[in-house]
Amino acid sequence: MSNEFDAALTIFAQETEQLLLDMESALLSLESNPEDSETINSLFRAMHTIKGSSGLFGFNPIVAFTHEAESVLDKVRNGERSIDADLISVLLDSKDHTARLIDHCLVNADAPLPADLAAASDRLIKRLSGKQETGMQATPIDDGKLQAEGGGEITVDDSWLISLEFQADALRNGMDPLSFIRYLKTMGEIKEILVTTPAMPSGEAMDPESCYLHFKIAFKSDASKQTIEGVFEFAADDCAIKILPPNAKVEEYMRLLDAQDENHVHRLGEMLVQIGALTRNDVEQALKLQTAAEGTEEEAVKPLGEILVEQHVVQQPLVEQALKKQDQTKQKIASESNYIRVDATKLGQLINLVGELVISSAAMNLIVERHGLSDADDVAASMNALVGSIRDTALELRMVQIGETFNRFRRVVRDVSAELGKNIELIISGGETELDKTVVEKINDPLTHLVRNSLDHGIESPEQRLAAGKPAQGTVQLNAYHESGHIVIQIADDGAGLNSEKIVAKAIANGLIKPDHGLSKQEIYNLIFAAGLSTKEQATNLSGRGVGMDVVKKNIEALRGTVAIDSIEGQGTTITIHLPLTLAIIDGFMVGAEQDRYIIPLSMVDECIEMDPKECEINEIEHYINLRGQVLPYLRLGDYFNCRKSDEQKRRESVVVVKAGQNKAGFVVDQLHGEHQTVIKPLGKMFEKLKGITGATVLGDGNVALILDVQGLIQAAMKKRSRTTPYLTSQHTQ
Amino acid sequence: MTIDVKAQQNGVTQLAIQGEMTIYTALEQKEALSAHLKSSQELQIDLSGVSEIDSAGLQLLLFIKRETSAQQMKLSLVQHSQAVVEVLELLNLSKHFGDPIVLTANRKKS
Repeated sequence: MSNEFDAALTIFAQETEQLLLDMESALLSLESNPEDSETINSLFRAMHTIKGSSGLFGFNPIVAFTHEAESVLDKVRNGERSIDADLISVLLDSKDHTARLIDHCLVNADAPLPADLAAASDRLIKRLSGKQETGMQATPIDDGKLQAEGGGEITVDDSWLISLEFQADALRNGMDPLSFIRYLKTMGEIKEILVTTPAMPSGEAMDPESCYLHFKIAFKSDASKQTIEGVFEFAADDCAIKILPPNAKVEEYMRLLDAQDENHVHRLGEMLVQIGALTRNDVEQALKLQTAAEGTEEEAVKPLGEILVEQHVVQQPLVEQALKKQDQTKQKIASESNYIRVDATKLGQLINLVGELVISSAAMNLIVERHGLSDADDVAASMNALVGSIRDTALELRMVQIGETFNRFRRVVRDVSAELGKNIELIISGGETELDKTVVEKINDPLTHLVRNSLDHGIESPEQRLAAGKPAQGTVQLNAYHESGHIVIQIADDGAGLNSEKIVAKAIANGLIKPDHGLSKQEIYNLIFAAGLSTKEQATNLSGRGVGMDVVKKNIEALRGTVAIDSIEGQGTTITIHLPLTLAIIDGFMVGAEQDRYIIPLSMVDECIEMDPKECEINEIEHYINLRGQVLPYLRLGDYFNCRKSDEQKRRESVVVVKAGQNKAGFVVDQLHGEHQTVIKPLGKMFEKLKGITGATVLGDGNVALILDVQGLIQAAMKKRSRTTPYLTSQHTQ
Repeated sequence: MTIDVKAQQNGVTQLAIQGEMTIYTALEQKEALSAHLKSSQELQIDLSGVSEIDSAGLQLLLFIKRETSAQQMKLSLVQHSQAVVEVLELLNLSKHFGDPIVLTANRKKS
């Protein structure tokens, strides 16, 4: 197989995967909203596209199977078959089956389909076509109205069809309809002409000075529509003029439509005027009708195309073609401008390079500053700004909404609750919250685990729920939002909650804590993240929260995130995950303590204060800072990291007030260096156990600064202040 | 008077129109022609004296045609002058007016 073919297969695999994912979420959303035609269309397109591309590669089993699904969806789309829970289930299974077929074909394209897959195909096809056209029958579309009936009895393919309806006052205004027709004759040949007087009253009521004449003319001429319309220009006020181009011209117009520039979306009328099928006057008239219709509430305003056809100024196929063209152009522009497929490794490379650029730009600034190159100041400043924007844009490239990840859980919830005989609803909010794709990928596993736990052990069976006075249907909520430079993901259920006594008992039995532990409820709940509490047998006793929770915690911490658990017995459990938005570069705030420099994520910095007794005072004994009357725990960074008592020599100190979630603390430092674009370099395995540090960065002068784990340090500061036994420090400070 | 009664016997009225059939004479001519619609079974109109005909005149002829056919009267237009022939040919109506066949298709709404 050639490389190109391989590349094509890779794209096929990616595309089909995406299509199937879309299909799944579409199906799940149909459960609650079965009438949504847009979703049904997207289902159909998914199957249709997979069928088409499978055909290209000769993957016949996929083609054969998706064809059946497509047919069923086509019927649904046309209203011949209603979509119900059964059909959704079959289609979900069909989607899974298609994925298996694709896997098979990708791995061994030439091998025949294994018997089990073939049998599954047959079974599903039977189920797909099992229920024949029940339910809704399509109402025949009344397209009679839309037919370009043209000139009534007159139909001459190569003639213009001109309809003239003179108004009552035409004669009194000095018009003579005959003279227009005589003039028309000079420009071509009148093949047929029909005079009608549909509005002429009989007897006395007929006013011989009013005009009742209507003409229908089949006119053969090479003149353009514009020119023909020009003939009647003078009569335009007293005559309704409709000019339908010859049918023979339709093809020519179609060609012209096709040839139209695709790079701009035109309005329908404009497109048709451009090719000569309509005159500006036609469009204006139709628009006038449309605007007039807007005033009346009775009917929905008709689309322009429909009005034009009803007015017999253009043929239906032309309007259709123009609309199609318009749509294609829109889609083309949309797809061109919205997405391109980029190799993730290339993107990663770019972001790494941008990281290096940030560092070397910092180095340059340092040199400019050190040598006092005032000439270079401006240049350096503008470059700095540019590097900053490049950094932001590069990072945004990797930002994706978490909604897609959340939506995958709809299937999990559906399947698991069916399996367990529970009735559970998944509520998703904040799906539009964006975060780094690498983070999204890595959070998927822990999230799955947590959701499954909630479903399996959190939510009780319907009987138990009813007995407890709760609605039979349980809910699991997935929520995401941004908070001070972090993304917060919450998994909340309204299940049984955690039983703290059992956890404590188990923890004591495992030797994790002593009987006189004196732990708060929070701390007890956090125990379930401890490795010792994660065996299966105990898990059941503890409503399962212990299963692999240590792994979950480890995974989240590997992302520089934290996880917290909160629960009310009998009412439910909420797990809150804090994650950094990105893993690569952050805006940092650089401070100096002792000889070292540290980076605090800028988003977590609340304020910086020079030590001034009026504003702020450190109480060394009680260990707090009095900040304008507010009590804050604090840490001396120099002391904390260097483990020595503060110098006897009095230094001029500053305080950086940081906050993480609801908690605030002050970091006492020696210097404030200011904002610093920080490229995060992960610490090696060796430093994994270091507390209070999440990474390091290379400074412009080649030195290394440590990036602080603010959340962990705040916890440490609070511990120090409350002087409780530093019992669960390891749980909090990571 | 631009409309003369040439003869009137056995329910057949023979008329002759003289001069122009235009917007200026239409009102007068309509009154005169309508008067004969009630009393006869057949109407013969001699158009040899029509010197000029415009849309209003044509419309009048169409009106008479329709009225007579509604009353199941016979209408014959005879001796068309050149002016009349030109208009009837322009509008492809000569066949229909030339013989007693009534132009019912014209009633059809577009």
